[in-house]
Amino acid sequence: MKAVIVGCGRVGAGLADELDRAGWQVLIIDRVSAAFDRLPSTFRGTALRGDGTDEDTLRRAGAEGADLFLALTEGDNRNIMSAQLGIEALGARSTMAKCNDPVRAEAYAHLGIATICRTNLMTTAILEHLGQAAPAHAGIYAPAQHHAHTGGDAHVIAGQVVGIRPAGAAGITTTTEA
Amino acid sequence: MFVLVVGGGKVGYYLTKELIESGHEVALMEKDRGRAEQIRDEIGSVVIGQDGCEGKYLQEAGANRADIVAAVTGDDEDNLVICQMAKHHFAVRRTIARVNNPKNEALFRHLGVDEIISPTRMILGSIEQDIPVHELLHLAALGVGELEIIEAHLQPGSPAIGRVALDLAVPAGCSLFGVIRKGLPTPLRLDTILEEDDKVIAIGRPDCEAALRDQLIGEFAEA
Repeated sequence: MKAVIVGCGRVGAGLADELDRAGWQVLIIDRVSAAFDRLPSTFRGTALRGDGTDEDTLRRAGAEGADLFLALTEGDNRNIMSAQLGIEALGARSTMAKCNDPVRAEAYAHLGIATICRTNLMTTAILEHLGQAAPAHAGIYAPAQHHAHTGGDAHVIAGQVVGIRPAGAAGITTTTEA
Repeated sequence: MFVLVVGGGKVGYYLTKELIESGHEVALMEKDRGRAEQIRDEIGSVVIGQDGCEGKYLQEAGANRADIVAAVTGDDEDNLVICQMAKHHFAVRRTIARVNNPKNEALFRHLGVDEIISPTRMILGSIEQDIPVHELLHLAALGVGELEIIEAHLQPGSPAIGRVALDLAVPAGCSLFGVIRKGLPTPLRLDTILEEDDKVIAIGRPDCEAALRDQLIGEFAEA
């Protein structure tokens, strides 16, 4: 199984390590090479400095046909663009974009990209820790629709808290066909 | 017509000014507060000092009643998201994105942006028009003995088309060593016949150029 991770922050590096240990072929990309210091010395995957929103860079890095494509940089828009590149141009089977703006997180779930919203996750976690009633915010938004060409069967409702979107149910709906 | 412009750099600033002058209703969003204030002093209250990528602020700026959203920030990913949010979240009829990396044009179009403006592509187009196609192109100089790598792009009318490359009367001190055909580099073989649109790559001394031009470019040499 092949995983591409864009953004080698704490979460990206941690996931890269975990997936690597679990036997995945991992490629991790970051614009700053110092970010790779977060990877443990035991990491057997590929770490590559580059821009995860640049199609050429991703292709050269061998990011095509990944089973899993995670966009986890600090920029919501970079993640959204990267994830869409992953699905549309690079044929990723499953993808997720970190999106800290709840409005964008939900909107892109409607467009077919699984998003994870740290704002909602933390708000809920802190309120629960304090014993306060937490609003029914989703931390992870599952995509609400599928790509026109894949015809997946696992139709899920946006806003439900679920895991990473199943393989084959990927994609976004576009107004024009390629 | 209500136009929502996102990005208050030079492009967004002049665009907004022009739109106001031609009588349109305009709002300009610029996330940098300092810059927003600076242009508000000049063009007035249409400037909103908020991030046009945030759904909340797009809503407040009236994205849901905009006829056109023009995303003209310097960051392609921001322009993409602004247009997609406008289109799918606020049902804006027409979205325009500035694209800095020309390679993103196809992706943006595929992802539903209605109109794509690529300054890089436009300037590139202008420059390429100025490069004579009926000329030899100097690709690189080699460090030894004043040699250079030269490319000849075979246009219709080139005397080399249809001929076996290795039969061409190439002057001493010069060697043809490859052809780029349909983007693929291929070595010259004994039976390689040159075709229109081939790019013939040669190594030679500068004084071979006239002969090379005669052989590969032909009568267009003076054009």
